Amino acid sequence: MTELAGLEIRQLRVSFDGFTAVDGVDLDVHPGDLRFLIGPNGAGKTTLVDAVTGLVRAEGSVLFGGDELLGRSVHRIARSGIGRTFQTATVFEELTVLQNLDIAAGAGRGMWTMLRRRRTVPESVARTLETVGLTELADSPAGTLAHGQKQWLEIGMLLVQDVRLLLLDEPVAGMSHDERQATGELLQRISEERTVVVIEHDMDFMRSFARSVSVLHAGKVLSEGTVAEVQADPQVQEVYLGHTAAEATADVTVQEA
Amino acid sequence: MNLLKGRSARAAAGFAGAAALLFAVAPLLLSDFRLGLLAKYLCTAMVAVGICLAWGRGGLLTLGQGVFFGLGGYAMAMHLKIADAGPGNLPDFMQLYGTATELPWWWQPFANPLFALAATVLLPMAVAAILGSFIFRRRVKGAYFAILSQALAAAFAIWLIGQQATTGGTNGLTDIQGFFGYALDDPVNQRMVYFVIAAALLLLIALARQLVHSRYGELLVAVRDSEERVRFLGYNPANVKLVAYVVAAGMAGLAGALFVPAVGIISPAMIGIVPSIEFVIGAAVGGRASLVGAVLGAVGVAWAKTALSEEFPAAWTYFQGLLFIVALAFLPGGLASLVGLVRRRMASQATDSEETKPVVPVGEAA
Repeated sequence: MTELAGLEIRQLRVSFDGFTAVDGVDLDVHPGDLRFLIGPNGAGKTTLVDAVTGLVRAEGSVLFGGDELLGRSVHRIARSGIGRTFQTATVFEELTVLQNLDIAAGAGRGMWTMLRRRRTVPESVARTLETVGLTELADSPAGTLAHGQKQWLEIGMLLVQDVRLLLLDEPVAGMSHDERQATGELLQRISEERTVVVIEHDMDFMRSFARSVSVLHAGKVLSEGTVAEVQADPQVQEVYLGHTAAEATADVTVQEA
Repeated sequence: MNLLKGRSARAAAGFAGAAALLFAVAPLLLSDFRLGLLAKYLCTAMVAVGICLAWGRGGLLTLGQGVFFGLGGYAMAMHLKIADAGPGNLPDFMQLYGTATELPWWWQPFANPLFALAATVLLPMAVAAILGSFIFRRRVKGAYFAILSQALAAAFAIWLIGQQATTGGTNGLTDIQGFFGYALDDPVNQRMVYFVIAAALLLLIALARQLVHSRYGELLVAVRDSEERVRFLGYNPANVKLVAYVVAAGMAGLAGALFVPAVGIISPAMIGIVPSIEFVIGAAVGGRASLVGAVLGAVGVAWAKTALSEEFPAAWTYFQGLLFIVALAFLPGGLASLVGLVRRRMASQATDSEETKPVVPVGEAA
C-alpha cells in the first residue's frame, strides 16, 4: 500500500459563462480522513470534484500529497492516485465484473502485456472481488448487476486502481437500507488505508459514517468540522440542516405513526 | 477455464474449416473467372476485418477506409507499372499524357520491390497514425469522425484524378501485366494470386482475433462504451483508439495491394466515397463486432453486388442502401447477432429442461 496523502485546496474558483459554481473554496482533507461533502443542490459539490479530477478548468490551487493538480489532464491526475465515481454508476456494461476490475488495475501495463490474454486473475483483483463481495459474480457481465452491486464494482475499480484518494459522488443513492449499511462499513474499512471524500445527500448515512464534514453553500464552504460541530452551527441549520432536520423529524413521525 | 479451452478449440476448428474451403473446395468447384471474383471479394473481407476492429470493437465508424485501401493499392500498382515498363522506360500512361522524360521523384523508390511491398502496409499505417493522433487528441468522435473520414476519402480520390500525368487520373493505373515476374494473364498465376489473398485473409483474421481477446481488446471495448470512465482510470483513450485505427488502416492497405494483381487495375473510382461506404456495409450486415460475421458479410455483399448487378444493374444501388439501413436500424449486431440469439435460446432451453448450471453466453463468435 502506498502512503496516505491528503488534499489541500486553496481559493478554488470555477465559472461557466459568467456563472460561478465554485467561488473561492479552501478545503483541507487530511490523509486517511473520511470526509463528507454536503450542501443543497447547486452548492458546487460535484463541480468541486470535477475540478479536482481535471474535468473542468479551474483557478486557484489543488495540492495532492504536495503536487499541484490543476492544469494536468484527466488521465494524468488519475495516474497520480485519484479516483472518482459518478452519480450514475458507470461501469463497462458489456464486459464482465472481472474484466472491469482487470482494466481498472492495468493503467500502468506495458504494451506486451496488453497484447496478450489475461490467463490468471491478478492478485489485487481477486482481493478486491472479496472486499466488495462480488467474487461469485466475477464472470457476469457488469450490465446485469443490480444497482448497488454496480456501485460496489465502481468502488472496487478504484481500489484495484490503487488510488490514494477516492472521490465518491452519491455512492448510496438508490440503495436499500442494508446496502447503505454495507457500503458505509466498506468505506470505513477503506479509509483506514486511503483518503475518502463522499458527496452525499443522505443525512442519516452521513451521521452514521462521516469522520468529518464540510458544508458547501452557493460555491463556498459554509462550515467544517465533526458531525456534531456542523449540526450545531446556526448558519448550517439555517441554509441546510434546518429544513432537512424538520423533514427528517417529519419522516420519523410518519414512520412511528 | 473450460470456457476458454472450448473457445480456442472451436476457433481452431473454424480456421481449419475455412482453410479447407478456401484452399481446396473453392478452387475445385469454381471456374477461373469465378475464382478471380472470389479473390476480389476476399480483399473486401480483409478491409472488413479492420473495420470490425475499429468500428465493431472500438466504435470508430471508419467511412474512409478507401484512403488506406487506395494507398496500398497505388503503392503496389506503381511498382508493378514500373516493372512492366522495364528498366529505363516510363509506364505507358506517362508516355501518353505526361511531358516528363523521367520517373517523378516520388515514383522512384517504388521501383524497389521491397520498398513497394513494405509501403503497401506501412504507408497507410503512417498516414493513419498522423491523421489519427490529430483526430483523437482533438476528441473528434461519433458522426464527426465518420464525416471527417469520408471527406478524406473524397479528397484523396479528387487529388488522384487531378494528377493525370503522374497517377493516371480518372483511369487510374490500368492494364497491369505482371506480378513480381509472373504474367497475370496466365490462369495458373491468377490462381496463385488467389491463394496468396486467401492466406493473407486468414492471417489477418488470426491477428485480429488475438487483438480482440487480448487485454487491449477488452480495453478497446471499454473505450467504445465509456471513454470518459476509461480516462478516469488513468488511460489515454486517444492512444487506445489510435492503435485500432492504425491496424485497420494497415489491413486495408494490404487488401488494396493484393486487389491490384487480382483485378489488374486500381483507380479513384475504387477508393472514393462509394467504395468506402461499401466496405462498411458488408461488415454492418454480417455483424460489425464479430470477426466471422464481418468477413462473411463482406464476401456476401460483394457477391450479391456482382450477382444482382449482372441481372438488375440499376436496382443494386437502391438495394444496397436499403440493406445498410435495415441492418443498422433493426439488427445493429448484424446477422452474427442472430447466431448469438439462437445459441442463447438453445442454452436457456437446455437449462430449463435439465436444470443444469446456466451457460454463460459467449459475447461473440470468432
